[in-house]
Amino acid sequence: MAFFELNSGTSYGLLLAVPLIPLFGYALQIAFRKRLPYGDKILTAGMFAVMCITVFMAMRMILAEAPVFLESRAKGYVFNWLYSVLPDAATVENMGVGILYDPLGAAMLAVVGIVSFCVHLFSIGYMHGDKRYNIFFANISLFTFAMLGLVLADSILFLFIFWELMGLMSYLLIGHFAHDDGNPYFHRWASWASKKAFMTTRVGDVCLLVGMLMFYQHFGTFQFTELWARAQEAVAANGGEFPAWMTVAGLFIFGGTVGKSAQFPLHIWLPDAMAGPTPVSAMIHAATMVAAGVFLLGRTFPLMSPEALTVITIIGTTTALFAATIGMTAYDLKAVLAWSTISQLGFMVAAVGLGGVVAGMFHMVTHAFFKACLFLSAGSVIHGCHHEQDMRRMGGLRRQMPVTFACMFICTLAIAGVPYFSGFYSKDAILLSGWAGILGDHFDGWKVYATVGLSVAATMTAFYMFRMVFITFFGTYRGEIAEGHGHGHDDHHDDHHHEEIVHAEDGGIAHGHPGPMPHESPLPMTAALVVLAFFGFFAGDFPFTDLRFWDIYHPQTWFESLASLDTLYPNVSSWLDGRFAHSQAIHDAAHSRAFYGSVFVIAPLGIFLGWLLYMRRKEWPAKITGGLGLIYHTVRDRYYVDEFVNAAVIKPTMACAGLLKLIDERIVDGLVLLVGRINKFLGFFSAAFDRIVVDGLVNFVGLASQTFGAVSRLLQTGRIQQYAAFAVAGGLLVAAWLILS
Amino acid sequence: MGLGAYVAVSAALFGLGIVCILVRRNVLYVLMGIEMILNAANINFVAFNRFGANELDGRMFAIFTIILAAAEAAVALAIVLNVFHLFNSVKPSEADLLRE
Repeated sequence: MAFFELNSGTSYGLLLAVPLIPLFGYALQIAFRKRLPYGDKILTAGMFAVMCITVFMAMRMILAEAPVFLESRAKGYVFNWLYSVLPDAATVENMGVGILYDPLGAAMLAVVGIVSFCVHLFSIGYMHGDKRYNIFFANISLFTFAMLGLVLADSILFLFIFWELMGLMSYLLIGHFAHDDGNPYFHRWASWASKKAFMTTRVGDVCLLVGMLMFYQHFGTFQFTELWARAQEAVAANGGEFPAWMTVAGLFIFGGTVGKSAQFPLHIWLPDAMAGPTPVSAMIHAATMVAAGVFLLGRTFPLMSPEALTVITIIGTTTALFAATIGMTAYDLKAVLAWSTISQLGFMVAAVGLGGVVAGMFHMVTHAFFKACLFLSAGSVIHGCHHEQDMRRMGGLRRQMPVTFACMFICTLAIAGVPYFSGFYSKDAILLSGWAGILGDHFDGWKVYATVGLSVAATMTAFYMFRMVFITFFGTYRGEIAEGHGHGHDDHHDDHHHEEIVHAEDGGIAHGHPGPMPHESPLPMTAALVVLAFFGFFAGDFPFTDLRFWDIYHPQTWFESLASLDTLYPNVSSWLDGRFAHSQAIHDAAHSRAFYGSVFVIAPLGIFLGWLLYMRRKEWPAKITGGLGLIYHTVRDRYYVDEFVNAAVIKPTMACAGLLKLIDERIVDGLVLLVGRINKFLGFFSAAFDRIVVDGLVNFVGLASQTFGAVSRLLQTGRIQQYAAFAVAGGLLVAAWLILS
Repeated sequence: MGLGAYVAVSAALFGLGIVCILVRRNVLYVLMGIEMILNAANINFVAFNRFGANELDGRMFAIFTIILAAAEAAVALAIVLNVFHLFNSVKPSEADLLRE
């Protein structure tokens, strides 16, 4: 099937163009602002080019006989940028940036390219009429640039730099509406949420920095391939056991993932990140922000000790479970999706912890497509319902918004894990990793917890996603319909875009206002939805590959044929194979009854429960929640994690800051004032000395020369006879001296 | 009479000339004082010539000085005329522009 040979000579140029196109678009848009005609279209066209390049290169790699692992550093293509302060050439080289292009990077680049293009396309319709429309486009372009750069970076140092840039861009984009004075609710919420996101992820960023520097301290390198090789050497030197410091450093690196990928307990920023415009949510939840944390785990997987992987699995599973329970109680359309993202990220993280790094990365790829589509569909629904976000005021929308409904339904099937949809393959690969852990040679109690927990969470996923679809798209429309609008209203709905949205009492959900009947969104938006839904369906299972499409009993997806321990970590693959002994265990597990049973029970059970509770017996949910009482309230209020963080972290921090402010005002300011007073006092003396002594000396010199001048002036009378008398007197004196001596 | 008598006369004439220059209030007397000093010098020239090498050098210098004195007197009188034009006076004490 080798249609193309990956010619590395041309590849690096193309790869370099990938991040540079959005960067150039950003610069162009920022430089010209509103004077740039068709700025949005230009940037979208640039993203289209990026999408074409990345998809083309990914297809080449999929269709090539063997996946490639390219390091520009090996060919000498390194951009050294830090010369002056570094001691020697090797360190300069080490700090430089090169390109690492491997199957994981190829898949991730294609995902970022496609999702980002769709988000740009969708934003043209969705953000129409926004006051800061141009800045918005510039920012999402730079956001894309940061993610593309992060994926291509071959050293953890540059991954960290792009990681930080992404943190900044998420701050700016979540706070997009913070500048919108006409919108008091979003105004406050957006500025608060952007700060929350920035500072919460910052905790993780500091952890990542510490972990990164610990590895640099011991291994003396930032390069991924070097780090992997050094890890193998360090373990071999330690008698086959991981040194304790590697566990600590690995957990610090995982701390970065916890922050960026919203794992428990730093997940609190992600639900509030929906304060930003919906396309930004799609970017953050699918292609960029949260994917970066999982991607980091993929890059640093060989560095993780078994103990660290245990912690990673437990945190991932816990996150998946607990976010899924909250997702079942949410009524805000975007909140359901936000909690489902946290839950799915828990799946990916737990998969990496279970050793199924390929499964985790695969789920990241498929999840990016269907979650982006779900978020943009939600945006389309919100757009059509006049900025109503509460599902209880929707209903029956499948008639008014057929395209949105179709796309969202496909992606809901995908995330629920229905066979043949992309999520099925990736989620089952993760569960398979869990079953392989239980059934294989390395049995552990926490693997049972992970497998069972993830299975339960997967069931919950199917349940709450179908709950959302049933409430939103089935039944009858429950929103208020304003009289006198009729149906021909496509022109003036943009006028409502920035009208006041008040903070509602029930659960803090943004409410729209009565308007005409909901309507389908314009073409660029639905086009983006269709593209993403296409990939949401096929991303698990491209029909172009030699996968036997009809034979789901032997899942060998395109991603798994592309990415394996051999191709992801070529220089340490034999060591990793020995550590995880995965292939046989996975083969056994894939043919075990337990696995089959779980695979074919999970999605149908969740969907059935959703159908039962929200289509058939609509009075049951109220009874169940009433029966659960306190438990329900705890879950609905997000287990009070926000309140706990508020009481345990924010309040003490604020108290500390207040104390410091007091110290600053009283003691530091007092000291400064004291020093000032002393100086003023000394200055008085110094001025007196100046005035009396220094001025006196100067004046004395002046006076003396003045007096002398006045005296000598008397001699100069101008009378010739007097001068002659002096001359004669002088001559007489000389004569007298000559005679007498 | 020896050389001392001539030198004494010359010295007296020189002293009188100096005093005339320093004290007289008319610029013409000042000129006359200058003439007296020149003639004191001439007496010395002739006397030292007579009692010295007895060649013609001293006498030649005396004649030369007399010619010089005549020329000097002409120039000086011209200056005096100009001074009189400028200050409307021939008193040396009034022409004190050198002070400036």
